[in-house]
Amino acid sequence: MAFDKFWAWFHRMGSPKWFYEISGRWIPWFATATIVLLTVGAVWSLAFAPQDYQQGNSFRIIYIHVPAAILAQSIFFSMALCGAIGLIWKMKVADMVAKSCAPIGASMTFIALFTGAVWGKPTWGAWWVWDARLTSMLILLFLYFGVIALQSAFDSKQSAARASAILSLVGVVNIPIIKYSVEWWNTLHQPATFKLTEKPAMPMEMWLPLLIMVIGFYCFFATVLMMRTRNEILEREKRTQWVQGLLSK
Amino acid sequence: MTEPVAMQTDSNAISSWRAFIGTFKRDLLLVFRRRSDIVNPLLFFTIAVTLFPLGISPDAVFLAQIAAGVLWVAALLATLLSLDSLFQQDMADGSLEQLVISPHPLAVLVLSKVLVHWLVTGLPLTLLAPLLAVMMFLPDAGFGTLFISLLLGTPTLSLIGAIGAALTVGLRRTGVLMTLLILPLYIPVLIFGTGAVISASQGMAVTGHLAILGALFLVALVSAPLAAGAALKISLNG
Repeated sequence: MAFDKFWAWFHRMGSPKWFYEISGRWIPWFATATIVLLTVGAVWSLAFAPQDYQQGNSFRIIYIHVPAAILAQSIFFSMALCGAIGLIWKMKVADMVAKSCAPIGASMTFIALFTGAVWGKPTWGAWWVWDARLTSMLILLFLYFGVIALQSAFDSKQSAARASAILSLVGVVNIPIIKYSVEWWNTLHQPATFKLTEKPAMPMEMWLPLLIMVIGFYCFFATVLMMRTRNEILEREKRTQWVQGLLSK
Repeated sequence: MTEPVAMQTDSNAISSWRAFIGTFKRDLLLVFRRRSDIVNPLLFFTIAVTLFPLGISPDAVFLAQIAAGVLWVAALLATLLSLDSLFQQDMADGSLEQLVISPHPLAVLVLSKVLVHWLVTGLPLTLLAPLLAVMMFLPDAGFGTLFISLLLGTPTLSLIGAIGAALTVGLRRTGVLMTLLILPLYIPVLIFGTGAVISASQGMAVTGHLAILGALFLVALVSAPLAAGAALKISLNG
């Protein structure tokens, strides 16, 4: 029974009109959550969380760096997942969501790289080092650029969506391979700071604001993703009656 | 009444293996009638390697250190530039459409084309590499591994490259776009290929590196033709 309901929901999700309406109702909630979480997280982490005993205040970059890096990777996975849904069920909305993912993911990757460079200067004494994690993030950025470039190279929107879906699926298969190959190649970066499954290595007062920032970043992503997808829907469906009706209102 | 039907199934009953061989022979013949496709990547490879001593330093000790990386990077770029020839010609004369609408799995036909591509670019590059390695003062211990690593790595490059070539075959001005799509995916092959040669030059074990190169090849062998086949169908739809 629950399964039937899921499929009904899934198929309704495939209708651009329905997605447009439901996301219009969701956006205010996600936007509010984003503002509240990011404000609380930023004030707590930048002003009240304790200093690191070795790195002093410079460690606070972690509160931007780690959420951006986590998002950079999970956005790629969501993009590939939407691409696969678009390929298998020929769902237009999934194609549009996948297309909207790419620029957000690329920006997150860039933020992670940039904050990493800013953090690296006081900590390692260099803006850039050819360390495994930095390198694999850089390659992830290239993969995003490839998907974006392929999107814009096709005249037909449908072919563009399918081609970039294939490319993002190939990319997803390659991400772990690239990650491990550069890891064996060179390692300087500290191991992952943020795991939900293990007891955090940092004290609670440092870890909680980080958790809030991560959730805030996810809400931000959801908000921006829905806004971009709505624009995409309006753009592509502009000849349909319901969009015409919406515009003439 | 049954006669024509039987005849029809008979004439259609070319096995996929024969289709593979047929595509292979046809492509090989086409390449030998257009020999610049074989020579150009090799010339590029040679010239690109020559630029490094000229641009950086002709010092033998220094060149020996960068030899493995330079040879691998140059081989990788030469493969990349040769990928245009994989589907472009067939697209232009319409035979690509015939391959796509044929009853045989497209992945099998793509694999056959990739095999030809490797035979005329990857294999000659592998054979030429030791000669250029002499000019780059690669330590003697590295020669065998250089050869084996290229022999294992260049098929992977052709296979991954086929995905990029298939995605961009219907587009104009594909060169830079293909570079952007393909080079990030080449990085693991580059890392382990160079790693193997450097380890060998320093007298360390290379089996680990070569095993991973072999594993990358096998993964690419089973998955890349499928992805490239799907990409070809999309590209033909416009």
